[in-house]
Amino acid sequence: MSIVEAIVAVLLLASGLLTLTGALGLLRLRDYFLRMHAPSLAYTLGSWAVALASIVHFTASGSSLSLHVWLVIILLSITAPVTTVLLARAALFRERRAGADLPPVLGRRDPA
Amino acid sequence: MSNLFSLAVGATLVLYALAILVASLRLARGPRAQDRVLALDFIYVVAMLALLVLAIRYDSSMYFEAALLMALFGFASSAAMAKFLLRGEVIE
Repeated sequence: MSIVEAIVAVLLLASGLLTLTGALGLLRLRDYFLRMHAPSLAYTLGSWAVALASIVHFTASGSSLSLHVWLVIILLSITAPVTTVLLARAALFRERRAGADLPPVLGRRDPA
Repeated sequence: MSNLFSLAVGATLVLYALAILVASLRLARGPRAQDRVLALDFIYVVAMLALLVLAIRYDSSMYFEAALLMALFGFASSAAMAKFLLRGEVIE
């Protein structure tokens, strides 16, 4: 196993373990708002490790620097926070409607 | 491609499969709709990562476009479902 293959293998295995950790957190944590934190482990560190592994692999096997995996990471780093915020707002709205014990609304109290 | 390297790639794919399995348990169990949407979003991203690993496995750069499309569709569907949970309709 060459040094490049070793780097790629370590990065891939790290990403797999991080993703599995995120999935276990998604299953085991007891509250929805706690559970929202777990998948972001896969969205950030997991996908970054895979992208780095891919860049190292294709740069070593090809003749030039191949950076197009970066597009996936840029896209993911834009979309993941947007999805998280949207889901958090939806969950807050639904839990409030269901009468859960949540902190009060900040800002304007009465819906005009 | 040495034996140990393809073993590591295979192990990564198995770990992703386990992650998808665990997340689909959460998808089936619920308890509320937002949990299911979160689990689906997670499954989308993990499947996209698996495509990137398959690109390394088969040494082909054809998989990137598929991964990019998957990320886009995953985002669109999760945003639409979150909007639906918030308002009861997707497009107002």
